[in-house]
Amino acid sequence: MTAMQIFFLIVGLVILGSALMVVTTHNLIHAALWLIVTLFGVAVLYAILNASFLAVVQVVVYIGAIAILFIFAVMLTRKEIRDHGPQLNSGWWLNVIIALLTFGGLLWMLQSWNGFSKTAADFPSSYDAVGQLGKALISPDAFVLPFEVASVLLLAALVGAVYIAFNPHSGDFRK
Amino acid sequence: MNFWYDPVNFIAHWLTSLLTGWGVAGWIASVIIQLIGVVLLISLMMVFDIFLVWVERKVVARFQDRLGPNRVGPFGIFQPFADIIKLIIKEDITPAGADKVVYNLAPILSMMSVLLLWAIIPLAPVIFGVDLNVGALYIVAAGSIGTLSIIMAAWSSNNKYALIGAFRQVAVLISFEIPMIATMLIPTILAGSMGMNEIVQGQQTVWYVVLAPMAAIIFMIAAIAELGRSPFDLNEAESEIVAGFHIEYTGMKFGLFFAGELLHAFTFGGFWAILFLGGYHFFGLENLGPLVAVIILLAKAMFGYWVIMWIKYTMMRIRIDHMLAFNWKFLTPLAFVLLMLTALMNTLLRGTSTGVYILGMLLTNVLLGWIIVEILRGYSRGERQKTEGVAPATATAHR
Amino acid sequence: MIPLSWYLIISAALFSIGLFGVLSRKNAVAILLGIELMLNAANINLVSFWRYGDISQMAGQVFAVIVFAVAASEVAVGLALVISVYRRRNTVIADDLDLMKW
Repeated sequence: MTAMQIFFLIVGLVILGSALMVVTTHNLIHAALWLIVTLFGVAVLYAILNASFLAVVQVVVYIGAIAILFIFAVMLTRKEIRDHGPQLNSGWWLNVIIALLTFGGLLWMLQSWNGFSKTAADFPSSYDAVGQLGKALISPDAFVLPFEVASVLLLAALVGAVYIAFNPHSGDFRK
Repeated sequence: MNFWYDPVNFIAHWLTSLLTGWGVAGWIASVIIQLIGVVLLISLMMVFDIFLVWVERKVVARFQDRLGPNRVGPFGIFQPFADIIKLIIKEDITPAGADKVVYNLAPILSMMSVLLLWAIIPLAPVIFGVDLNVGALYIVAAGSIGTLSIIMAAWSSNNKYALIGAFRQVAVLISFEIPMIATMLIPTILAGSMGMNEIVQGQQTVWYVVLAPMAAIIFMIAAIAELGRSPFDLNEAESEIVAGFHIEYTGMKFGLFFAGELLHAFTFGGFWAILFLGGYHFFGLENLGPLVAVIILLAKAMFGYWVIMWIKYTMMRIRIDHMLAFNWKFLTPLAFVLLMLTALMNTLLRGTSTGVYILGMLLTNVLLGWIIVEILRGYSRGERQKTEGVAPATATAHR
Repeated sequence: MIPLSWYLIISAALFSIGLFGVLSRKNAVAILLGIELMLNAANINLVSFWRYGDISQMAGQVFAVIVFAVAASEVAVGLALVISVYRRRNTVIADDLDLMKW
């Protein structure tokens, strides 16, 4: 067990433990905060995988924007601060079985793949992954078209979200 | 290996040989040394934070034409220690119905988001925490942890006014991240990398404030909004009179928020110095040794901090809807136009000589600034005529 | 060193936990939290396949960046819908939004 493997196991335990807390905790704000711990663990996982740009973007986009959006949505969709009533559906034990079957099925399917236990190639320290990612995102024979389509998608989502959540009876839109 | 020219590696090697001489395994020794380095940096920064409290109070006093603390010690230099002793011996109140874990975690996260930033600041060519190649984005990521701590503090206080103050503060914070990212990309373009070390090394010949002065100004404005300082401090005085999201915090927890804000301001002064004012470069003086470079960088960071304090104690507070309109309708489009222009001019002028390059970039910024000022003048003239009815012909035509 | 299977096991477990969250939570916002977990699991898979395959092929990282953008826009629109539903019906419990049932 090298130090890196021990560290990886700790990060994995943090991710799975906080994910379990997300889906089982009674207080919804605590669920959003546990989601932030999960997302941070996933960012650490990206950093272990030498994808440093993705690790930092994960923190900025997911924790800095999406998680805050979740917390705001939880705060704005309730009349009182406390959650009351059961938070899980009545047939939740069936869902546990479904989740376990999914996990087992995925693992069984992957076992039969011969690349399942391959180890990583060395990462050359002079390899500019960020620069290569940038080049891949904007070069015409790489991925510029999905990049542009993603920006149109974000624009559509922006306009759509503002329009859907727009409240014509509220406030003063004087200007 | 010399101590004067490479202090960090010298001390690390000496400690490694010491620890392995005692029989500690190689990798444990390196982990211990890295931990010692982290603790040393954090402790130095927190002690420096105490000094910043004294600087803040003296400077605000001079701006307000008075003396500031001058009783406790020579020039009042021991005043922050008195403040800290007062904060520590205060009663530690947790409001009823507060969420205890989240309530106690929020000030820690707030301080953590500031201390994380000191890992990437290059204090000297050989003294830095880590040479991260995505440093510019890392700054924004650490800022978003600070945003999170504000919501956690407000929610767990079980207080409506804290929540309202936090909503407004968070709206301002996430809005002003966008011009900050856009203007941080400009030194990235000019240096060719997002890493702080490369950005400082790219300023060896000319500082980026000469090549992109408008970017420096917009970055300073966005940074002040990110810090939650005046004129964007809805937090401390809006929610009218009560203290915003940290209403319910007493004693040292409030001290952590307050000192964290001052250290955050100094850190952003440091980033302004690194991104635009040349970092530790000062006409070749930094080649004397790394400790001289550290002093140069801290002096420039103190200058940036002084500019932030100058703006704070001179300008009035801005209303929330004006603040957000200023960001979305003026600062963000301006930052994007500036980014596109800088990238264009950088590509066009890349092969030319240094003098032509500097002059070209400077003139682009000056031209853009002049166009913006003309647009604003025309807009304000239109607004003034609408409210004063200066031109009678158009007034009758409108009504 | 760390074999690829460890990453795939973690992402499969995260996906299953997210699936459990989607199926068994009552609050609509909590269902969206489960969806976020599933998207993160898929992203871990993409990035680990990039790292354990050919590093010079940037398709894995580009795909992960596009998934970031899609997840962000989906959360934004989804939460806007939830807030809008709350304004009309004063509830976000998924079981109570049954206007179209016969």
